[in-house]
Amino acid sequence: MWKWLHPYANPEVSYHFTGKLIPWFTAISVILLVLGLGLALAFSPADYQQGESVRIFYLHVPAAMLSMGIYLGMAIAALTALVWQLKLAEASIAALAPIGATFTAIALLTGAAWGKPMWGTWWIWDARLTSELILLFLYLGVIALQNAFEDKSLAGKAASVLAIVGVVNLPIIHYSVEWWNTLHQGSTVSKLERPSMSADMFIPFVVCLFGFAFLVARIFGERFRAEIIARNSMRPWVKALVLAQEKN
Amino acid sequence: MAFDSLSDFFNMGGYAFYVWLSYGFSALVLIILAINSHRMEKQVFTQIKQRLKREEKLKQAALRRKEGK
Repeated sequence: MWKWLHPYANPEVSYHFTGKLIPWFTAISVILLVLGLGLALAFSPADYQQGESVRIFYLHVPAAMLSMGIYLGMAIAALTALVWQLKLAEASIAALAPIGATFTAIALLTGAAWGKPMWGTWWIWDARLTSELILLFLYLGVIALQNAFEDKSLAGKAASVLAIVGVVNLPIIHYSVEWWNTLHQGSTVSKLERPSMSADMFIPFVVCLFGFAFLVARIFGERFRAEIIARNSMRPWVKALVLAQEKN
Repeated sequence: MAFDSLSDFFNMGGYAFYVWLSYGFSALVLIILAINSHRMEKQVFTQIKQRLKREEKLKQAALRRKEGK
């Protein structure tokens, strides 16, 4: 397996391989999001308590799950970057942080827009909301550290340390609704048992979740390629690419 | 269909503002992120191109100085 994986640690191979995947990610994401959001907005039933406001769920929960999933991925990349000094891992941290920050912001804002009609307030300093806000600050910290140093490998190390330390926040977010008294409801779908909702709500949710996940993959692919180029700008293969582009 | 008419759909059972705020904000930030990410590679290429041109200029200037002596 290591022999098979090894070539992908080469920046040039990774750059071209990612480029081949991007159109597929884009196509799958567009199909799933059109289908999923269409079902979510027009065909899924209204909630018997929350009425039509439940349609925010199809954005809020996928965004929140992805905000945590992307962070976990970023932290694993950070560990790889620190332990094995893999430059591609540093590139993927830089590529992931802005995407994660965007999804965290979506989770927070859609949560606020859902909280206002359901709880009567846009914001409350309870455990779930506060820990998710801290996640946003962790992302912003990683982005800031990434840009704070002229030397990319020093920047990558600093950002990696923060990303790894911040992992402690993930279980806090997940279990916050059990550990503390909070306005936020408990888990509906992100648990091991059967999801506590009917299929005509659960299916659009899953379609949306995968649609957003493939959107993340597409955006990550583009950013990852740009980061690889920026980090290898002195290499002959990058110079050749630049010159080839100039001719077009 | 969960709605009887188009106006029903836009009204969202009285939650129009909150529902459309959520969908509008999410669409807006994701479109900004997608455009920004799409342009990133081109920007990096332009930067490298400029650097290569600068290096080329310096090289030729050094050559000319040598010949001048």
